Amino acid sequence: MDFVKLFNLPINASSHGHEVDMIIYLVHVLMLVLFVGWAVYFIVVLVKFRKGKNPAANYRGVQSHITSWIEIGVVIVEAVLLIGFSIPFWAKQVNAFPKRTDTVEIRVIAEQFAWNVHYSGADGIFGKTDIQHVDKQSNPVGLDPSDANGKDDVTTINQLHLPVGKPAIIHLTSKDVIHSFSLPVMRVKQDVIPGISIPTWFTPTKTGQFEIACAQLCGLGHYRMKGFLTIHSQEEFDRWLSEQSTAGKGGEEGYDDFWN
Amino acid sequence: MSNDPHNSHRLNFWQKYIFSTDHKVIGIQYGITALCFLFFGFCLMMLMRWQLAYPGEPIPFIGKFLGENRAPGGIMLPEFYNELGAMHGTIMVFLGVVPLLVGAFGNYIVPLQIGAPDMTFPRLNMASYWAFLAGGITMLVSFFVPGGAANSGWTSYPPLADIATTGQTLWILGMVFLITSSLLGAVNFITTIFQLRAPGLTFMRLPVFVWAQLVTAFLLLLAFPPLEAAGILQLLDRVAGTSFFLPSGLMVSGEPLEVSGGGSVLLWQHLFWFLAHPEVYVLILPAMGIVSEILANNIRKPLWGYKSMVYSVIFLGFMSFIVWAHHMYLTGMGTAINAFFQATTMIISIPSVVILTCLFISLWGGSIRFNTPMLFAVAFLPMFGIGGLTGLPLGLSAPDIHLHDTYYVIGHFHYVVAPGTIFGIFAGIYFWFPKITGRKMNEFLGHLHFWPSLLFMNCIFMPMFVQGLAGMSRRLYDGGAQYAHLQGTLNLHKMISMSAWGLALFQLPFIINLIWSMCKRNIVTSDNPWKSTTLEWQTPTPPGHGNFPVEPVVYRGPYEYSVPGAAEDFTPQNKPGG
Ligand code: HEM
Ligand SMILES: [Cu+2]
Ligand SMILES: [Cu+2]
Repeated sequence: MDFVKLFNLPINASSHGHEVDMIIYLVHVLMLVLFVGWAVYFIVVLVKFRKGKNPAANYRGVQSHITSWIEIGVVIVEAVLLIGFSIPFWAKQVNAFPKRTDTVEIRVIAEQFAWNVHYSGADGIFGKTDIQHVDKQSNPVGLDPSDANGKDDVTTINQLHLPVGKPAIIHLTSKDVIHSFSLPVMRVKQDVIPGISIPTWFTPTKTGQFEIACAQLCGLGHYRMKGFLTIHSQEEFDRWLSEQSTAGKGGEEGYDDFWN
Repeated sequence: MSNDPHNSHRLNFWQKYIFSTDHKVIGIQYGITALCFLFFGFCLMMLMRWQLAYPGEPIPFIGKFLGENRAPGGIMLPEFYNELGAMHGTIMVFLGVVPLLVGAFGNYIVPLQIGAPDMTFPRLNMASYWAFLAGGITMLVSFFVPGGAANSGWTSYPPLADIATTGQTLWILGMVFLITSSLLGAVNFITTIFQLRAPGLTFMRLPVFVWAQLVTAFLLLLAFPPLEAAGILQLLDRVAGTSFFLPSGLMVSGEPLEVSGGGSVLLWQHLFWFLAHPEVYVLILPAMGIVSEILANNIRKPLWGYKSMVYSVIFLGFMSFIVWAHHMYLTGMGTAINAFFQATTMIISIPSVVILTCLFISLWGGSIRFNTPMLFAVAFLPMFGIGGLTGLPLGLSAPDIHLHDTYYVIGHFHYVVAPGTIFGIFAGIYFWFPKITGRKMNEFLGHLHFWPSLLFMNCIFMPMFVQGLAGMSRRLYDGGAQYAHLQGTLNLHKMISMSAWGLALFQLPFIINLIWSMCKRNIVTSDNPWKSTTLEWQTPTPPGHGNFPVEPVVYRGPYEYSVPGAAEDFTPQNKPGG
């Protein structure tokens, strides 16, 4: 079923997104059944038992135990949604991280009001970072110039590029306040909390240009804390990455205001 | 008794109406003050709705009075939008709804319904009101300090709140007053309900409203202290250079933050939600209580499943302390903790379903009168139902990934508190007005208030579910105009805002009705105009000092309507016999 159309969701471009959509769908079916059931009963009762129609009330009211059965039904459905779908889904997302060998692993460091993206470069090792080295344009993540591992690292501002079909692991931290890293089309949302690094992962299934949104109030610029997500084919991604490491850190004017 | 504050010597104006220790006067003081705050919070929201519908356009008429540092040229600044958001939330919850439900209705009605002459501690009760007023004034003053009022959301998450402008300090001080007020009130309600029930009024004969107030008082008493402690820690972080909520190595606007560090950002969230989840039951339980009273009275038969309702309310109270982290699913939770909080959240939905079901089933077999209080009470049921049902996808962590912090959440909890609780409050005002003033409110104006309000409430909050599913974040100054994936749902903002202003317009019949009915005739000829069974109607109108000329004795349960063989279709609790 096309849940995206049904609920007017953002398109789904990740491998796990369909499961999220399906649980959204199932819960809404439960909600709808309960609501319609109640609503029909409600209208019937209000009409049937209005004073004009039923001048004397019945002291005893309903005698049957049908409501207990309805409640047991609700409990069972909720238990199925919980144990059958939501908990296993979470366990898979949180515990079963893909093996490091076939993934892209990057760091995203949030700040008021931008997303700094850090790639480890050809050696696959992130250079050391420290706030004392931070420069907003030329060294946004604070790479330590004396660390050899950092020499080939790539950093961008607001530009997140990933290859399609390969699991991406993103380590999230923040320089200042809490942000929330939201990729609506990937069904990914993870709070970004200063002082801790939280990993999240997903596998993009569609190439294209998408948006990164900040979903947690982070100050006056919260509404414009937008980033740009580009999903490439593997070859294009490799080309982009190598251009980045040779072309420098990409600090030109307007660089971070559109897909780049 | 010599130190009885109700002694017979004549009280002057100040003692009688301003520094009164009479629970009824205090209830009215709470009611009027809180209605003013509710209106003020509503006005803040209407300003926000302009900015969301017409981002960046000057606010007509009012814009130029807001000042250059809030809205230069009448165009709202993002800082000011954030102030409005944080203060709308704070004022609606802590200065509007809770004081109305607990301070006003609780104070006025509970002693009457249990046949008591007053609250156990009348002077504490007075102190509670004045602490509340002090808190409210502190919040209002905060708009005028440099940088304006608090602007980090009503949740005040650090580090943002730790580094925010002075308004946040006043927010914390204001909260300390408000918490003090609630704690004084809570102690008073608990002792009053335990100690001062009339002879024969056993716990299983208490009206549902009293039960709701009792559980609410326990929630306030147990949940507020952690927030007060957290507030003090945040205050120290802000003014004394501590770092309870600040980790090491922070860097704000390109400069390292000069603090010792080592604190925990998430600690605040745990302490905050440990209060704030029980708080949402504080916002709803008393409203359910009001609705139960009015339903029973107007269906003219006993509530169905009274015992299940009472046990459900108690169970809700207990459970509400172990679901708080469902507000924190996306803070990086492991599977076990996550599964625990999802499970408790699903479990807590069951008693809510039971209560709602009992109220629905009660209607069957009734002889239903549709007066204004009943209209609001009846509408509460499906509206609260929508609010409750839409909590389910948010309570399961998988769908919450998509829906967390979107307009879906705004829609969900507003269905609970606006057409839910606020309708309950309106129902209560229309219902108890004759007891408080000796006059009935006008039915025509009541209908003119109810029907448009019902329509507009739904036109405001239903589209928010659509926006939320489309992925629209909350707390956005421009309502999401920046984002390509939201363009399709932006136009709904206009409809929502128009409806919000329409809703405002149709509160006029209510305000006119309230004032007009207070001055004008329509005097009730009976002490019990709704032919009700509970004790508050078995007093003179309005009740004098000490409430009951003779102490009532209770012989039966609260809702003995249409008892077979009885002479009338209602048998008051204090009527001797059977
Ligand atoms: C009846 C009409 C009401 C309308 C139209 C309304 C509208 C709104 C809007 C537009 C927002 C901000 C959304 C955003 O920018 O993210 C909001 C936030 C909020 N409202 Fe209301 N509201 C109403 C009543 C209430 C009531 C009665 C309460 C509480 C009992 C309440 C509590 C809140 C809270 C806690 C927030 C969140 C504030 C924050 O983001 O920190 N509202 N409301
Ligand atoms: Cu942000
Ligand atoms: Cu909660």
